[in-house]
Amino acid sequence: MAARRASSTKPRRASVVEQRAAQPLATTNGAPSRGDRIGVRKTYKLYIGGAFPRTESGRAFEVFGAKGELLANASRGTRKDIREAVRAARNAFPAWAGKTAYNRSQILYRIAELMEGRRDQFVAEVMAAEGIARGRAGRTVDAAIDRWVWYAGWADKYPQLIGTVNPVAGPYFNFSVPEPTGVVGIIAPEDSSLLGLVSRLAPAIVSGNAVVVIASETRPLPAVTLSEVLATSDVPGGVVNLITGLRRELVGHLAGHMDVNGLDAFGAAPGDAASLEEVAVENVKRFVRPPSAGLARYDWMADSAQSPYLIGEFVEIKTVWHPIGA
Amino acid sequence: MTLTKKPESRPAPNSWGLASGENPWEYAPAPEATDHIRIEPEYGLFIGNEFAPSKPRKSFTVINPATEEPLAKVAHASKADVHRAVGSAREAHRSVWSKLPGRERAKYLYRIARIMQERAREFAVVESMNSGKPIKESRDVDVPLAAAHFFYYAGWADKLEYAFPNREPRSLGVAAQVIPWNFPLLMLAWKIAPALAAGNTVILKPASTTPLTAYLFADVVRQADLPPGVVNIITGPGEIGMELVTHPDVNKVAFTGSTAVGKMIARAIAGTGKKVTLELGGKAANIVFDDAPLDQAIEGIINGIYFNQGEVCCAGSRLFVQESVYEPLIDKLKARLGTLRVGDPLDKNTDIGAINSAGQLAKVQELVESGIAEGAEIFQPDCQLPARGFFFRPTLFTGVSQSHRIAQEEIFGPVLSVLTFRTPEEAIEKANNTPYGLSAGVWTEKGSRIFKMIGAMRAGVVWANTFNRFDPTSPFGGYKESGYGREGGIHGLGAYLDLSGNGSRRG
Repeated sequence: MAARRASSTKPRRASVVEQRAAQPLATTNGAPSRGDRIGVRKTYKLYIGGAFPRTESGRAFEVFGAKGELLANASRGTRKDIREAVRAARNAFPAWAGKTAYNRSQILYRIAELMEGRRDQFVAEVMAAEGIARGRAGRTVDAAIDRWVWYAGWADKYPQLIGTVNPVAGPYFNFSVPEPTGVVGIIAPEDSSLLGLVSRLAPAIVSGNAVVVIASETRPLPAVTLSEVLATSDVPGGVVNLITGLRRELVGHLAGHMDVNGLDAFGAAPGDAASLEEVAVENVKRFVRPPSAGLARYDWMADSAQSPYLIGEFVEIKTVWHPIGA
Repeated sequence: MTLTKKPESRPAPNSWGLASGENPWEYAPAPEATDHIRIEPEYGLFIGNEFAPSKPRKSFTVINPATEEPLAKVAHASKADVHRAVGSAREAHRSVWSKLPGRERAKYLYRIARIMQERAREFAVVESMNSGKPIKESRDVDVPLAAAHFFYYAGWADKLEYAFPNREPRSLGVAAQVIPWNFPLLMLAWKIAPALAAGNTVILKPASTTPLTAYLFADVVRQADLPPGVVNIITGPGEIGMELVTHPDVNKVAFTGSTAVGKMIARAIAGTGKKVTLELGGKAANIVFDDAPLDQAIEGIINGIYFNQGEVCCAGSRLFVQESVYEPLIDKLKARLGTLRVGDPLDKNTDIGAINSAGQLAKVQELVESGIAEGAEIFQPDCQLPARGFFFRPTLFTGVSQSHRIAQEEIFGPVLSVLTFRTPEEAIEKANNTPYGLSAGVWTEKGSRIFKMIGAMRAGVVWANTFNRFDPTSPFGGYKESGYGREGGIHGLGAYLDLSGNGSRRG
């Protein structure tokens, strides 16, 4: 039990070895064995550039369920994996940003469609990861799916909320439009393994950003399954990249990467926020801080966890002037 | 029709049909009168609507960069003075300003705008004397725009809930504002007007070389009868600015200046939860296509880089010319450079005044020397410079490559680097190849191309067939390392409000 609750900065050595000896991998990562048929398990991998590579380190870390059961060996991503992911995101950014808003809207809606089809799998994974009852896990997954639908609808509406036509005092036509910031890093919330992630991911990509996500360290499996949904939802490869691993080995590299334009640290531990913000200054990243009270009591199901203004965190306002004349 | 005879060999005519180098424009001196200006021998810090010396009493001298003569002494704030100023702003926010209905705050701001208009010429003359900028710019651009900013944001003060639906906008509290020397009064207005409209109180630190219009503004604050402590102005070197922005009782930090200093400030306040906006450096591309109206483009290029001696963060300092019009454009540009009048900032015919300080002049000279050393070809018109003061000839470099320092670094002086391109894609690639992203210019008659270029520029302001236009209603600010947040318009208002009402932590 101690292992599951280990914080992102605290290693959990002793109990890991003990538990590894005691139990096989649990059954949520694939079909259970039935009768004499042995179940086929899933390998949880990284998601970079639309492909599912193992980490370049060749290393894994154990992921435990809420009851202390060993769920899977997840990829222990590295700085080099972050670099590959940023490169994939940078390459994917222009085409994603260049799609019509209607197109991005339909693609986000498509994510919801495919999540709905995998609902049972997500419920089982969220139950195992978060230790919540089936009913609550079901409501959490439903909220995550609905959140995609909600943000899908904003793709072709938020610019009318945030953009302006400016009545300047002169013979010029002048307007301001939002554009995606570029490559955005997201530190996913540690506890809300699926809904928390979707709540930060959807507003970042709906405007056309490409992102690199560092998944929850202790509860990464629903995020990996989400990446499998993204890979089959017409989201172009590289628009979302997902790295699992130990946060202390990853977040600083993402925050300091010179080709990342923004960092959503809403899911970071409050104790890490100041150092991340400081590192992020190096290339003047747009930086979203974690709530000062932490996320322990944050209500991801609430309407306040979704807002078109969250889209605004990672857009740039471009102002255009042109003379009026014959 | 076939060309049977080779055209006579002679210098290409410029826009006025004159050979380059020949200057027909002779003007008698037309100096702006200064006899109505009263500059105090010494200015104290402006805290709680009172001018008082710094504690311990210490001052430094402010000079006129065009004559190198002293203009006044100003107080050198101490850490204790910073604390006093923040305390004054906090108390004013707590006891008065945050309780005042928006419609009443609005009336104070309207008063300020009106008084600035009434005293416009006084402001313009002092601004030119202290900054070195030509009187025609301070008179026609800086001062009217500064007043317009107050007038614009005055109207927002009682309409905040309409600006940000579902967000319960609230003032942040105390705003620390640090501004540069290139547009002293205008930057003051960009900072103070939205801050007060949103219900904050402020401490402003003007640049150490250009505090005089800020202290003149302090007198406007008193004439407008603003409650004491709503606007506080302190002067001193950069370290005092750092003391101010890092003061624990400051809720909002707004900085305009270099990218290097902006990063220092952002690092220093990381983890404090202060809301920040940064308006930093730039290296704007000004892109001229072969179908552009060349004579208009020339004026835009000149305005883009020589406006305010090029001491403009959004200056069009990299000119990209499509190869097919390179030669005629360069000929016209050189000829036009020859007509620019460099000299007394207070002369109404002056186009290029004084560089703001000896230090800045040295920096410009150093970068120009690097351009020569790296192999670019320099052109400067043969104009007389005044014997005293910090003057620099308008300069252009041809044969510049992307890797030259003059194509990469912000010079902040009247120096243009000219590069070429063949296709729109090449222009886009080169224009965006910089860590900055503040502004860009595009010159072409083809509408669809304008919109393609607008969309492709990774820059916060794009001027198409114009350059260096500003307006209070028009958001201004950068992409990438040119900063974040916007000043002007509804976006600039949001930067001074707590909008966390709906799950969002930042505006």
